[in-house]
Amino acid sequence: MKIDVKKVAKLSNLTISPDEEVEFDKQLNDIVVYIEKLNSIDTSEIEPTAQVTGLSNKLRNDNFSDDVLSQESALSGTKKTHNGLFVVDKLVDTT
Amino acid sequence: MNIQNFTITDIIEGYKKKEFSVGEIVNSYLERIEKLNPTLNAFLTVDKQNALKKTEGFGSNLTIEQFKNFPLLGVPFGIKDMFLTRGVRTTAASNVLKDYIPPYSATAVDRLESAGAISLGKLNHDAWAHGSSGENSDFGNTLNPWNKDYIPGGSSSGSAVAVAASLSPFSTGTDTGGSIRLPASFTNTVGLKPTYGLVSRYGVISMASSLDSIGHFSKTVRDSAIILNATAGVDGYDATVTDRAKEDYTKDLEMGIKGLKVGVPKEYINEGLSPEVKQTFENSLKILGKLGAEIIDITLPHTDAGIAVYYIIQPSEVSSNLARYDGIRYGNDRSFFGKEAKRRIMLGTFTLSSGYYDAYYKKAMQVRTLIGNDFDSAFKNVDVIVSPVSPTPPWKFGEKANDPLAMYLSDALTVTINLAGVPGLAVPAGFSHDKLPIGIQFVGPHFSESLLFKVGHSFEQETKFYKELAHLE
Repeated sequence: MKIDVKKVAKLSNLTISPDEEVEFDKQLNDIVVYIEKLNSIDTSEIEPTAQVTGLSNKLRNDNFSDDVLSQESALSGTKKTHNGLFVVDKLVDTT
Repeated sequence: MNIQNFTITDIIEGYKKKEFSVGEIVNSYLERIEKLNPTLNAFLTVDKQNALKKTEGFGSNLTIEQFKNFPLLGVPFGIKDMFLTRGVRTTAASNVLKDYIPPYSATAVDRLESAGAISLGKLNHDAWAHGSSGENSDFGNTLNPWNKDYIPGGSSSGSAVAVAASLSPFSTGTDTGGSIRLPASFTNTVGLKPTYGLVSRYGVISMASSLDSIGHFSKTVRDSAIILNATAGVDGYDATVTDRAKEDYTKDLEMGIKGLKVGVPKEYINEGLSPEVKQTFENSLKILGKLGAEIIDITLPHTDAGIAVYYIIQPSEVSSNLARYDGIRYGNDRSFFGKEAKRRIMLGTFTLSSGYYDAYYKKAMQVRTLIGNDFDSAFKNVDVIVSPVSPTPPWKFGEKANDPLAMYLSDALTVTINLAGVPGLAVPAGFSHDKLPIGIQFVGPHFSESLLFKVGHSFEQETKFYKELAHLE
């Protein structure tokens, strides 16, 4: 299969220059050819692994209120605030 | 005071014997950083003010009793810039976070500071921990103190160089596919990648969540065990940390390795190994034999699939973790990402996208099961596995910089360990003809760190490569 660099860049919310498009097209498709070597391994009877040490259904205590960041701390990383809230760009896609 | 040879153990012994004060030690390291860092570029932020402030509390009358409660009392260290540090700039070595000041600290940092350690500042690395050479930092290359034309290894380049050049007696690192062990082996330092889920990832900027392991660099294996004593264990903030009884990782160090079964995977000793690495590895096996270990040939049949599996799972998880950097709550917007981050985000977005998920991500997770099974089977017959860390010694800056696939393949001997989640300890094993460091790694079953330290310590005390220092003056 082949990566459509332009499409993937849009899905990733990344802006890439025309030069980068050419460069990434070759590099990423070389990598895709390489990773497709896995097709030669029979995995029809094999369960996938996502967690390596066998943990499951880990729950946490619900008394974490002391550890929640204050509003001031939570907003400390941005200059774009309004009335103690984050300011977000308009999200409606009209294209 | 010549601090070049100092280990954590030496510093603590010196404090106990009142040979020097905390202020003298911290100042000596700060002076060395001031002198050498402009060339080596290991530290991105030197936290001089905080470090000096912390020395004020210490008089010259530290008691032995205090070291029981604070095992790293007055020991300076450096922090990879992937670890959040409250009030101290944390960049991930990327322009996206170049002015970011976190409101809280990583668990590993908190625990080291609670044990008495004093941070000297934040260390350079490949941006977002993406890389094998250190060349992907947005803030310039860190140079290898053994030869400044050569890469120090990545991604934890600054962490390795800080210890190798004695800018700090130990440092923190992260290892997702070899990012601690590779630079350790390229700089004559000891690097531990703990079992997945032994050390909390809380407050460490996420790269690939099912692979990220939080470890460290030191000059000796004993020091590595001392650090793990402080960092390991449940903190309540990372659900993947396994709840286990507390262990003293230094307890088995002196027990020797007579009768230990050491496996050598035949798939690792292939034509891809450079002759010097092969020679160094064969010498290492002789030394292990001399120490009483039994060397056994083993097989890890799916080794060859390691890089392909890793370069599906890791970019997939990277694309998800880096999706949060939108410039709204903190940091700059996505146009500030460097090329390697863009490559990995796009590759991961592709392998996770509709219609491709089964063909790539699911397939890779299935082969990951086979790789884990390989290790399970091997550990039925041997106690530990030993192999080179890198197929080659360090290479020159620029050599692989424009060929991502060639760069990725340099992790061929490290990534399967992350995929299986088992621990790996890299220790110095010698030098090339050009006096470039070469390391080997010991790999054990899940949570076998004490065993790895025992083997590593025996090997190190027999060879004493850690005593060799890079000439920088």
